[in-house]
Amino acid sequence: MAVSQTRNLGLPLINLLRLKGVPILQQLHLEERLLRTSSDNWCIINDGTIDPTIVMGISGKPQELLEIESILRDDIPVIRRFTGGGTVIVDQGTIFVTFICNKDAVPGLQSYPQPIMSWSSLLYKKVFQGIEISGFARMIDYASCTAVVLSDYVLGDRKFGGNAQSITKNRWVHHTSFLWDYEISNMGYLKLPKRAPEYRQARDHLEFICRMKDYISRSSFIDRTIEAVGSEFLLRSAELEDAHCTLGSKFEPSSRLLRKQELGEAIFKSLTASQS
Amino acid sequence: MASRLWATKAASYLRISVPYRGFATGTWTLLICLLPTNAVIKDLKYADSHEWVKVEGNSATVGITDHAQDHLGDVVYVELPEEGTEVTQGASFGAVESVKATSDINSPVSGKVVEVNSKLNDSPGLVNASPYENGWIIKVEMKSADELTCLMDPDQYSKFCEEEDAKH
Repeated sequence: MAVSQTRNLGLPLINLLRLKGVPILQQLHLEERLLRTSSDNWCIINDGTIDPTIVMGISGKPQELLEIESILRDDIPVIRRFTGGGTVIVDQGTIFVTFICNKDAVPGLQSYPQPIMSWSSLLYKKVFQGIEISGFARMIDYASCTAVVLSDYVLGDRKFGGNAQSITKNRWVHHTSFLWDYEISNMGYLKLPKRAPEYRQARDHLEFICRMKDYISRSSFIDRTIEAVGSEFLLRSAELEDAHCTLGSKFEPSSRLLRKQELGEAIFKSLTASQS
Repeated sequence: MASRLWATKAASYLRISVPYRGFATGTWTLLICLLPTNAVIKDLKYADSHEWVKVEGNSATVGITDHAQDHLGDVVYVELPEEGTEVTQGASFGAVESVKATSDINSPVSGKVVEVNSKLNDSPGLVNASPYENGWIIKVEMKSADELTCLMDPDQYSKFCEEEDAKH
């Protein structure tokens, strides 16, 4: 596959693509295409997405994660994305930051989940430095006597951002959704996940999350993020047309909208499971 | 080595300690010697993307190595191809999910998938617990044994892993 881009002043080049209100499915398709068919490094910032949308990780089971009847009643779209991780509901209050990089873009970084998350935690440390929001959730794994760096961003013990990744042979994508703001009513579409970090302590969504808007302005967060990225990469502004030009035409993204029939079948599975 | 630096910086910021295998002197030497190293099995061939292949006639069994499962973390889901799918050496045929990440699994050989390990649907952790035996992923009817010359033998793979880890 691709070789890394020419370095300038020792920093790798990254295309900075700033979007606003792009639908999340369109964003995910773009990310997947850039991961699989581009040879450039990319940083995508999408400032909000138009409609409230539920986004599950690759292995998410709707019957376990979602209040499906409410979702069908209110016609909320449900997407299964190509990366791992949990379920989120995103809307205009969500700010998305995505990195798509060649495996040798960041010197000395092994393209495995933990090293990539460690790298991103240090980048976001720069973003939040000096602001009350600080600290990253950590969990002590007593079985192995190590402290595991989680990928959640928290204030105290309340989460305001989470991320997920996809890693190929020569590239990786690391994307984060930040809860700058959210609608309380939307959280009612999500169930308590079976797999959750210990620090969640079985809290429901409203007790578990918090809003970034109480601590930092939208523009300040985005500006600080760009500045932090600029400390690690040489930024090159890009437009959406530039991204589309570089894409191979044959690739079909795997992120998709779940059909209502699939959600209905999930309700049936849930009822069958509860009766057995 | 540098990957350890990233983790060290993050650990320092979080005020946590993270043990590493590596060069050590004095009282730590014995402890380091007792730490398990990633297993490499003889009679298998290895790809630089950390998959192994066991060849029996023109049948190839494929999985990911102990090094890979160790670095990926707990596997919670395996995306398997369908039987009958064509695979190409070096190309992705499926994925594992671990620690919020999907990671491609690449085929060390070209051919047709004749069997998938359906036990991984209910027990994805077999990839961690038994990467070379019960955690096998697919069986392939190989197109050409000539492709095996592109793969590493156990000693080459062990050295490859050491060099890769030392660089980060």
